[in-house]
Amino acid sequence: MSDDPRRDVLDAADRLRWDLPQNFRDRWVEQTYAESERLASAYVRQDQPSRRLAWERRLDAFLTNRWTGYPTMVLMLAVVLWITISGANVPSELLATLLVDRGTALWHSLFAALHAPAWLSGLLIDGIWLTTAWVVAVMLPPMAIFFPLFTLLEDFGYLPRVAFNLDSTFKWAGAHGKQALTMTMGFGCNAAGVVATRVIDSPRERLIAILTNNFSLCNGRWPTQIVLATIFIGVLVPSHLSQLVATSAVLGIALLGVVFMFGSSWLLSRTVLRGEASTFSLELPPYRPPRVLQTLYTSLIDRTLIVLWRAIVFAAPAGALLWLITNIHVGGLSIAEYGINALQPLGWLMGLNGVILLAYVVAIPANEIVIPTIIALTTMTTAAAVGAPETTGVIYEFSDQNVLKSLLVGAGWTTLTAVCLMLFSLLHNPCSTTLYTIYKETHSAKWTTVAALMPIAFGIVVCSLVALVWRALGGS
Amino acid sequence: MARTTSPCATCALSTPQLDRLGLDAQEVDYVVALAGNPNTGKSTVFNNLTGLRQHTGNWPGKTIARAEGAFAYRGARYRIVDLPGTYSLLSATPDEEVARDFILFGKPAVTIVVADATRLERNLNLLLQVLHITDRAVLCVNFLDEAEAHGLVLDLGGLSTELGIPVVGAAARQGRGIPELLEAVADVAEGRVECRPLRPRFEIPGLDHAIAELLPLLDHAYPGVSHADWVAMRLLEGDEEMATAVRDGHLGELRADHVATEAGGHE
Repeated sequence: MSDDPRRDVLDAADRLRWDLPQNFRDRWVEQTYAESERLASAYVRQDQPSRRLAWERRLDAFLTNRWTGYPTMVLMLAVVLWITISGANVPSELLATLLVDRGTALWHSLFAALHAPAWLSGLLIDGIWLTTAWVVAVMLPPMAIFFPLFTLLEDFGYLPRVAFNLDSTFKWAGAHGKQALTMTMGFGCNAAGVVATRVIDSPRERLIAILTNNFSLCNGRWPTQIVLATIFIGVLVPSHLSQLVATSAVLGIALLGVVFMFGSSWLLSRTVLRGEASTFSLELPPYRPPRVLQTLYTSLIDRTLIVLWRAIVFAAPAGALLWLITNIHVGGLSIAEYGINALQPLGWLMGLNGVILLAYVVAIPANEIVIPTIIALTTMTTAAAVGAPETTGVIYEFSDQNVLKSLLVGAGWTTLTAVCLMLFSLLHNPCSTTLYTIYKETHSAKWTTVAALMPIAFGIVVCSLVALVWRALGGS
Repeated sequence: MARTTSPCATCALSTPQLDRLGLDAQEVDYVVALAGNPNTGKSTVFNNLTGLRQHTGNWPGKTIARAEGAFAYRGARYRIVDLPGTYSLLSATPDEEVARDFILFGKPAVTIVVADATRLERNLNLLLQVLHITDRAVLCVNFLDEAEAHGLVLDLGGLSTELGIPVVGAAARQGRGIPELLEAVADVAEGRVECRPLRPRFEIPGLDHAIAELLPLLDHAYPGVSHADWVAMRLLEGDEEMATAVRDGHLGELRADHVATEAGGHE
């Protein structure tokens, strides 16, 4: 024996290892398995043939079939979107009337009765209240329908089947098959999707999953898509078809996102993140009947209200900022107008306008507030342009036409604007929360920058191309 | 069948002695580890006990890092750690390392192994490995409702006797079996029930001899080290992690395993 007892242990282990069979570890594992098998067969009895198992196998054969698997996935997404779009329309209108129209008027009469100064009512009502009210009206109904539906699918056990179906495509793209799970998580929230990439062991494949997660439309962007598709695309066809067409438009954008996710994964794995896709095993869990009431409760509390609260927290200061930049004048023009004018050429090129691009700059903290920011900015600049300083500046037509649409059309929006905005909403930088999460997960300023700039580059190119072709074909 | 579930589907919601403490894990008397195969409902059990609402989902690998919460039962305070789901403790994936290290070095007073009743054979494999590294475990056979739907009949009493640890049947999604699980955990934590875990002998030529030679040396280097059999087998297998633990003294932390927490010490 030496003086170092720890050394003795290790030396003895090294020596004794040679006396053991070479497959020592395999035998260890095998004998543990054999014991489990013995125990299970001793204490578990199959009393009657399982009808449920046969049923599950048939369902799996259908859902993961080469020919039926993909169409079913698209169909499921379409049904979820269709229910969301057709269900959210009426409550959204109701909330807009209640909060935006009545609420704003009520606040103004209250402030007027108190003889509050114009700047105060402007900042609080036209800035903070109006932006926040639009956030609630635009976001709450679609989220309250979309999240529970998605959670029900997750609870049922469908997500691993999606991963199974998409596995070969991910392999083609040089990415990890579990990226299917992080991608679907991204449909809820990109920051959550980025955190979920921890299930991927290989650093290279994990980085690909992180950088491309933004191509999953997140809950901050679904409402944007749904609102635009409903009021601009759906109305292009007769009313009985409008929800179907609006659904198809949103579905198209979501699928385009998936195409971009695969394309950019492929590109990354062939260039800066070269390597082979690693193999893994994923268990297909049993189908479980979803607990409907509990799912409704938790998805409402945990997701809908939390996301909505986050949006409100970001929207209130953004509203104040918006009011300030539209009302502080330097040399005859407001700060907002300088920004809008500066961004107008790029906006036009992309089929958008200066207001939209400025809204994206202001709304960097959260995707959720892009549409409300655009609305607020449009309202305020329109009001400023027609020279109606101390009023609400908003003139709504409450005929049969959608409030929002009349406002936007009044500001010069066309179908092209809506289409390009839907595309840009898909293809732009992740929100600040997601960027921060990416930085925390990668510890790399470089990759965080790539994550921010890659989608913007795609967005500018795609929107400009669409606008170019559209205009060449004679659209406006 | 001893220790199967009560017919009351909502007992967990009204278990009088249970006090869910959420994240408040101050001054705990016992630490409980929650282990199991992926997607066996560990997070649901965790939520049931702590009153937290960790997101649960029907796909394996949902719990990424470990989650912690607390509850009080019959006057004792427990900290419970939801470990990532693993199929085994023998390989070197990050998930398995987290689970294995916590059960070995986190000094849990009780390790709950949650198993899927419809896939018991594969789930028992992990349980047997857990029993190799801890004496104090409770097996929670979850998804009993599904097992019934599949026409399976389980003799949990017989299984408990042979395994030498309490076995509790549950359908955690419906809250079934949670009161019984709490009772079993408290019994083991407070020493009312003594576990005599099943540790099958491995029939591998030369193994008994090699372990017999290693054990005195281990005891000399680390007097009183617990689970010396497991440590010896890992060393013989050539596991680098275990060799490092021997070399840098990390293994010494195994010595006071369980005893400190049992005496009411707060780690």
